[in-house]
Amino acid sequence: MYAWVKIILFCCGISFSLSTTLHAEGRTFNLGKIASVEEVIGWDIDVRPDGQGAPFGSGNAFDGEEVYAERCAFCHGDFGEGIDRWPELVGGEGSLNTHDPIKTTGSYWPYASTMFDYIYRAMPFGESQSLSVDETYQITAYLLYMSDIIDEEFELTNENLGEIKMPNVNGFFLPDPRPDSTHLVDELCMKNCAAETTILGKARDLDVTPEDDG
Amino acid sequence: MNKTTKQSFSVTRRKVLSGSLAIGSVSALRTYASEQNSLNQPPNVPEWTSYLGDGVDATPYGLPSEYESDVIRRNVGWLTATTESSVNFTPLQDLEGIVTPNGLCFERHHSGVAEVNPSDFRLMINGLVDREMIFTLDDLKRFPQTNKFFFLECAANGGMEWRGAQLNGCQFTFGMIHNVQYTGVKLSDLLLETGMKANAKWMLAEGSDSAGLTRSVPIEKVLDDCMIAWAMNGEALRPEQGYPARLVVPGWEGNMWIKWVRRLEFGDMPYMTREETSKYTDLMTDGKARMFTWVMEAKSVITAPSPEKSILSKGLHQIRGLAWSGRGKITRVDVSVDGGKNWTTAKLHGPIMSKSLTRFTLPFEWRGDELLLQSRAIDETGYVQPTIKELQNIRGVNSIYHNNAIATWLVNKNGTVDNVRLG
Repeated sequence: MYAWVKIILFCCGISFSLSTTLHAEGRTFNLGKIASVEEVIGWDIDVRPDGQGAPFGSGNAFDGEEVYAERCAFCHGDFGEGIDRWPELVGGEGSLNTHDPIKTTGSYWPYASTMFDYIYRAMPFGESQSLSVDETYQITAYLLYMSDIIDEEFELTNENLGEIKMPNVNGFFLPDPRPDSTHLVDELCMKNCAAETTILGKARDLDVTPEDDG
Repeated sequence: MNKTTKQSFSVTRRKVLSGSLAIGSVSALRTYASEQNSLNQPPNVPEWTSYLGDGVDATPYGLPSEYESDVIRRNVGWLTATTESSVNFTPLQDLEGIVTPNGLCFERHHSGVAEVNPSDFRLMINGLVDREMIFTLDDLKRFPQTNKFFFLECAANGGMEWRGAQLNGCQFTFGMIHNVQYTGVKLSDLLLETGMKANAKWMLAEGSDSAGLTRSVPIEKVLDDCMIAWAMNGEALRPEQGYPARLVVPGWEGNMWIKWVRRLEFGDMPYMTREETSKYTDLMTDGKARMFTWVMEAKSVITAPSPEKSILSKGLHQIRGLAWSGRGKITRVDVSVDGGKNWTTAKLHGPIMSKSLTRFTLPFEWRGDELLLQSRAIDETGYVQPTIKELQNIRGVNSIYHNNAIATWLVNKNGTVDNVRLG
């Protein structure tokens, strides 16, 4: 047992830590515990675009149709068209550069891994993490099939999930180009500036603003 | 703001509600919950003076006056399919200073509020670290702590206004923001405990709610100023804000501030989660979308007068508002009463902190004229808040997110105020 005062410098100031135990190898504060392999496996469910993290399993669209009908169609419609305000999942190809873009898994999502990851962790809405791994591959395959990305018999697996080429994979760009609209503060106009002051529209006239009850 | 996409602009589709918020406040600056009673005014003795009031402990956890019952979060029902995956709005028009009271901080949930038992809370850190570890809430509170104010703004704040003035309220057009003091541990301190591999370039943060919400954060930001917070404004996080612990990503879009956080994974590439691909990407006119647009750029709003805050009488008034920037401190706010032709620099009220709301005021004399009120914020990088036309010219009207344009409030001759679009 050792006792010493250890001075730890932090980027935002200086903190004094009075330590009465020998620190574990490489650790600074000796807080928390080492996670077991089982603990990490249980929680580490994410899947990356390259397929890393995809759990062992498989499924095809033929089998997926039935699972989809049972677990997904109530909100998303039999053909992924979306019921009421629930999201449509297929369609919208060619719409992204129009006045009314329709962003679906087929028209917009850049990676099939994201579909698997999201369905497995968050769907069905209100029953998340209730789908089996194979059911998730089946549903993902069915959605890909409905968007004409794979055939009905194609066996989607943890091996090939990262190889699926989505139609809009090149539809995104980096890095963030902002600031994309700015004046130099020194050149800001303060008096008699050129400003368009015609009223084009009033929110009041649209009449969609919620009103308090009573 | 997942389900506000195209439907939110189709304003003629869903006329579910009639009237507008401002109509109710035509004759009153504040819609107090009671009428005046001259018997309580000079020279009479008010009734509350003549009897004993409640004793201590009548309300063990204090509540606002019953006369403030209109100061509440509100949502827009037609925006979303269900309240569990929806958003409501902070009543900025009723707030003073820069601190948002905890009960008024806007909510954005993707699958409802997780009810986490703090005794069962665990934060796992795995992936490209030297030691994969698990921390309890008590563990986190034993680390060196930090206390800092930050604004949190949803990337979709103002998203319904890209194509025109749609919602007639300061609350509904600017209220997806709050500003509180966070208490927590810096991630750079937490990572001293796990160590980090040299190829750890990205952090995936994951929530324990039913959405299992995930976002990728670049390592530079993680080590710069991100924190895991367990308290806001001096008390435990509210359940709807991520109790018992959430990620804080100062100045960046609110979707990244994972609530009910359960896991941080480190990797060598972004994870491309649903929230950073199909959502929170900004569609341009050519059909290509900007990705990883994290920073919330400088923005400001006049909170009063505003559509909810009519002007009651001629004479002196204070234009009041808020400004903020995800790139640092606000250095200046200009206000115009003629739609941007002439500007006057407003007074900034301290404390002025980086990535925090800043309060501004400007006195003005109302003579009963029509006014076109605008404010423009300038931050310490020299960035100037743009007009909506400047943004539209570059981005079109389909991007949903990151509308930080100057808004215009029309003050009518009767003192009512309208959200309008100029051109």
